[in-house]
Amino acid sequence: MTCAGLDIGSRTIVLVELDEGLTDFAVLDTGPDPLDRCRRLLAGKSYSRLVATGYGRHLAAATLADEVVSEIRAYAVGARYLYPDCRTVIDVGGQDCKVTLLSDGGEVRKFEMNDRCAAGTGRFLEVMARALELDVSQIGDHALSATGAVRINSLCTVFAESEAVSLIARGEESSAIALGLHEAIVTRIAGMVRRLGPRERVLFAGGGALNACLRRLLGQKLGVDLTVPEQPQIVGGLGAALVARG
Amino acid sequence: MVDYRPMWTELDLDLEKHDMLLQALPGMYESTFLTQENRPEAMDYFDFVVGEIHGLRVKELMDHKAAGGKVVGLYCVFVPEDLILAAGAIPVGLCAGTQFSVPDAEDVLPRNTCALIKSSFGFKVGRTCPYVQASDFVIGETTCDGKKKMYEILAGYHPTHVMEVPQKKTPLGRELFLAELRGLRAKLEAETGMDITADSLAQATAAIEAKRRALKRLHAIRKARPVPISGLDALLVTQISFYDDPVRFTEKVNALCDELDVRMGKGEGVATADAPRVLVSGSPMAIPNWKLHRILEESGAVVVGEESCTGTRYFDYLTPENDGSLTGQLGAIADRQLETHCACFTPNDERIEDILTLAREWAVDGVVHYSLQFCHTFANEAVKVEKALAEQDIPLLRIETDYGDEDVGQLKTRVDAFLEMIRP
Repeated sequence: MTCAGLDIGSRTIVLVELDEGLTDFAVLDTGPDPLDRCRRLLAGKSYSRLVATGYGRHLAAATLADEVVSEIRAYAVGARYLYPDCRTVIDVGGQDCKVTLLSDGGEVRKFEMNDRCAAGTGRFLEVMARALELDVSQIGDHALSATGAVRINSLCTVFAESEAVSLIARGEESSAIALGLHEAIVTRIAGMVRRLGPRERVLFAGGGALNACLRRLLGQKLGVDLTVPEQPQIVGGLGAALVARG
Repeated sequence: MVDYRPMWTELDLDLEKHDMLLQALPGMYESTFLTQENRPEAMDYFDFVVGEIHGLRVKELMDHKAAGGKVVGLYCVFVPEDLILAAGAIPVGLCAGTQFSVPDAEDVLPRNTCALIKSSFGFKVGRTCPYVQASDFVIGETTCDGKKKMYEILAGYHPTHVMEVPQKKTPLGRELFLAELRGLRAKLEAETGMDITADSLAQATAAIEAKRRALKRLHAIRKARPVPISGLDALLVTQISFYDDPVRFTEKVNALCDELDVRMGKGEGVATADAPRVLVSGSPMAIPNWKLHRILEESGAVVVGEESCTGTRYFDYLTPENDGSLTGQLGAIADRQLETHCACFTPNDERIEDILTLAREWAVDGVVHYSLQFCHTFANEAVKVEKALAEQDIPLLRIETDYGDEDVGQLKTRVDAFLEMIRP
């Protein structure tokens, strides 16, 4: 009786297989045709039940999935499975940042999510990494190597990019700019967290949690010890698989 | 099929652009409204009115003008329709609800202006709304800074009369508004050449009251579980109330309510009894802005009320009793209009009371607070709304958006998560 969760995000697709416990998972880029990528990922596999979540969940619902669940609930379910005492989930994904407050029983009590603006999301970091000629996977460590930060005033992705470009032109250290960008994004995320009034344990998940600088700054800013799961990107897929298992 | 092109040419519409607008509407209408299951039959009339949105009703206005009458455009529920009717003119709510006209507006107005203001302005400068073209003048108001300044610019394109709405609900504010009503009366009499008398005003108020009563009746029906009409259809009816002929409209709404009464008697609904019941509260939704209702209802919720200018703020409060003199009637109209619990007032705690009452009596599972982006009054008031609802343990989802479609995916995620949270 293997169940599966499929998290079709804006940047990555995650498939999680679940039996008694987690049996396997896969993470790949979403690309321009996510449905086709999902079909290939699922080729030759059969599950007793598959639940889709993520930005592309309704796309998958028609042909691939038995049911859909919002990312917010999927992350909540996944987080509680990994850490039964989790009360707050911060999910920094490709184009969204979501903060969810859980009841003692693990139900979603309240949540905050950015609107169309990409500030505070993985997309912001991607754009900034490009401006600094780095890969998004490198920008966190690069920022941590800085001796001091340059203050970035803009939280808007478009304006922040031009601000970064002018800072480069002014001869500022690239690592200091990177650190400043991380501070800007963390200010934004922390604002969302504080609006909800976080309770511990606070889980930090999603692709954004792979970034060491974000992890450190966000924990400092909130004054809490953030828990980062071993595979932060698969928490939503895991939650969907758990919903599938029932 | 009547050819309205000669009329549109006469109205100096940009025909090419206007064709694009009219080509987009049917598909959007069909996928939003006609795909709903188990719609009341009496919605046929309202489907017809939308089908004729720039046709038959505009023709009626043009016939009225040909007979020597005036047409007066308006954008806001603070402008008293009965005063306009009493002068023998036809009041008509103007187009302001689509992204289509926004780019035209952005050639002139700052981009970070709310979509409603941009859309209404864009319809005038782009010459794509036959209603504003047909109007002899428009009446603006001072309900927010964006509108206030936009009307100054609009006056360069179209005759515009601005009436001041006070910012506080005080005796002094009432005096000011009353003076504005007198000024509007003088303006209307000068434009139409007709006197507004105690009789003509009483008749006009009766017609508008009948319309509001019909809308109130429809609103009360939505307390039923299961609810016999979708939020989309009910919103559409309110939106149409701003430009349709008031007497005919009232008949049609009452006919709809008769049908809904029968449905209720049989326990028939448009959604299952366990569908989450949602109240939408906030910025107005001018036709054809159906974005949020569509997302909510396609996701399995049913909207049972709108605390909005395209909702309860328009029809909730009826004209108080008065001595029937012209002075007495104007005072009563001032009192009625100032009971519009709009976020333009400070303080505006009555609106929060309204939301709590609606949430309780319409038995909602959650409230969605809707702010148009850059609508500072409602966006700020949402903070107090959230606090008041939290104290009563009523779940709230805050949405800030505009008329564009690029955030539909994100909105859907939020709505889905909210419905998962509140599903009874």
